[in-house]
Amino acid sequence: MVATVETINQVEQATGSYKYGFVTEVEMEKAPKGLNEDIIRFISAKKDEPEWMLDWRLKAYRYWLKMPTPDWAKLNIPPIDYNDIYYYAAPKSAEKPKSLDEVDPELLRTYEKLGIPLNEQKMLAGVAVDAVFDSVSVATTFREELAKAGVIFCPISEAIKTHPELVKKYIGSVVPVADNYFSALNSAVFTDGSFVYIPKGVRCPMELSTYFRINEKNTGQFERTLIIAEDESYVSYLEGCTAPQRDENQLHAAVVELVAHHDAEIKYSTVQNWYPGDENGKGGIYNFVTKRGACRGDRSKISWTQVETGSAITWKYPSCVLRGKDSVGEFYSVAVTNGAQQADTGTKMIHIGEGSSSTIISKGISAGKSQNTYRGLVEVHKGAENARNFTQCDSLLVGDTCGAHTVPYISSRNPTGKIEHEATTSRISEDQLFYCLQRGLDEEDAVSLIVNGFCKEVMKELPMEFAVEAQKLIGISLEGSVG
Amino acid sequence: MALLEIRDLHARIGDAEILHGINLTMDRGEVHAIMGPNGSGKSTLSYVLSGRDGYEVTQGDILMDGQSVLEMEADERARLGMFLAFQYPVELPGVSGMAFLRAAVNARRKEQGLEEVDQLGFVKMARVVAKTLGVSDEMLKRAVNVGFSGGEKKRYEILQMALLEPSLAVLDETDSGLDVDALKIVSEGVNAQRGKNVGMLVITHYQRLLDHIVPDYVHILAGGQIVKTGDKSLALEVEKNGYAGIHNAA
Repeated sequence: MVATVETINQVEQATGSYKYGFVTEVEMEKAPKGLNEDIIRFISAKKDEPEWMLDWRLKAYRYWLKMPTPDWAKLNIPPIDYNDIYYYAAPKSAEKPKSLDEVDPELLRTYEKLGIPLNEQKMLAGVAVDAVFDSVSVATTFREELAKAGVIFCPISEAIKTHPELVKKYIGSVVPVADNYFSALNSAVFTDGSFVYIPKGVRCPMELSTYFRINEKNTGQFERTLIIAEDESYVSYLEGCTAPQRDENQLHAAVVELVAHHDAEIKYSTVQNWYPGDENGKGGIYNFVTKRGACRGDRSKISWTQVETGSAITWKYPSCVLRGKDSVGEFYSVAVTNGAQQADTGTKMIHIGEGSSSTIISKGISAGKSQNTYRGLVEVHKGAENARNFTQCDSLLVGDTCGAHTVPYISSRNPTGKIEHEATTSRISEDQLFYCLQRGLDEEDAVSLIVNGFCKEVMKELPMEFAVEAQKLIGISLEGSVG
Repeated sequence: MALLEIRDLHARIGDAEILHGINLTMDRGEVHAIMGPNGSGKSTLSYVLSGRDGYEVTQGDILMDGQSVLEMEADERARLGMFLAFQYPVELPGVSGMAFLRAAVNARRKEQGLEEVDQLGFVKMARVVAKTLGVSDEMLKRAVNVGFSGGEKKRYEILQMALLEPSLAVLDETDSGLDVDALKIVSEGVNAQRGKNVGMLVITHYQRLLDHIVPDYVHILAGGQIVKTGDKSLALEVEKNGYAGIHNAA
């Protein structure tokens, strides 16, 4: 059901932008390349933002200017020219293919394998789609249902205007503007993203997905998401796209902030499959993302689940600050790298509250010539009596030209803390492969099956509607990695 | 036309030739036993037949229904109807048994031009077959071979064979690691599948398996060659005189 609605909404989005003639207006909407205070003022003015928002952006920009690029990750990042980037209205919308014939056949083959309907394929590839559904009513039904529950779910640009008190209170409160190089950049130039507010005692009646939202397609590079769960509330949020999207934007620097109050729970799931570049490492997205959740309330819980198969370079550490008493943080991750991809990803669990606990399950799969690093921090503060952490990091190597690395940092300043760390590195054995082949599975299906088995503990954390496609994705990402 | 025809088969692993010219012809409905001491090339033969990487055929041919399978990959041979019951079934951690079995069955069905079985239909089908082999529902739910006892693993192999309905089944030391009771269950499972549509090649070191799965022919493999062929009485002779006796007599 949800998947159908998503499709409808995607088509609605696509037809929406078609109807309003994006192509003709785009020239006017585009700021010149480069980054300076004028560009930030331009963005803020275009968004019709209040003064405080502009000041906040400018403050972030001034910090950013003074910050060095982080170089501690095990990544080889080519220098980025920040003045060669459009910070407002990506030019890609002006270059939409007119039909599927103009789209890379390789991409279409992947869509087909994922079983994506034709109209959705067009949408994903950026082709304008004719209206097929009377989708307005469906979208309205959803909005009405959410409104009835008191849930606010809208673009953050809209929330800045309609709920300034909430945005002002929470934005930057989890990831401060000067937190790191990429979060500062994002704070200065973010164009849009999602805003979610779940009132006290409300269990959000549906899984929220970025698919639902209007204008999603062009928020592009610098997305900003803020989710607030009041006392005793619950929300599950799905981010991303299970089919790969071509995108000329090299750099994606998003920031996601989650706040959970007393007894609240936020479940945040991501499936990321952006263009990984070719096997020689040409092209592809740099995915430099700061995601952090604050468990502020007692017994609050934040759970991150990610399946990362795309992007040329991934730099991402969804984290939890466990301030509340008996608060719970979880991180379930599958990171697949193939070809020339590089990933340095993991989490940080900061235990401040008494009795706080965290679980980290990370599954890294490297193939081709890729490099895949788990980097994680478990930090138990002085007052965190009886804090607990369990970490399990498993790496699977496919072939003999890739690398898997595990870099766990553990720091405990409270003697009652209990921290467990388990790590394994294994290979797909020739025995396993032959066993599957002998049962009639071809090599690709066999690898996909074995790898999905390896990731099972994480995959079962994904919402149903994501799980099936995510499984297929993992298989597709590893194509050509064996034999 | 013969189901399986092995013609002057020579095969090696790396630089070492293990099989030095094997000839064997088997029809549908027949059960052939291959007996041999350790190091005689029994397992090599099963891997060469099923197309495992690393085993190179240097001379001769293998034909299934008159068609050479030498150029086919292991999975193609499997879909064509060749099944190998492993001596040491392999664990696939996290891989759901049901998903694995269904994928295998559907790969075979697709090849035969049959419609794929859906999840529900398959679960029903698997349960019925599993019951006859003493494979519990709980075992079906576990990951493939993970945490199975030796006997459970062998029963699971026979379950797969029953579901895949091969035309050629190669049973590689299916009796190894089985106690008397387990041997009986597994043998009954195999016997239930005997019939005019399938040929079975039972590879074993010991005669005791052949008390349960009674072969039509017995071949003695020694030093990479079939040194003697006879009926089931040959197996008893082996038990009495040992392989050395047979080999020397030949």
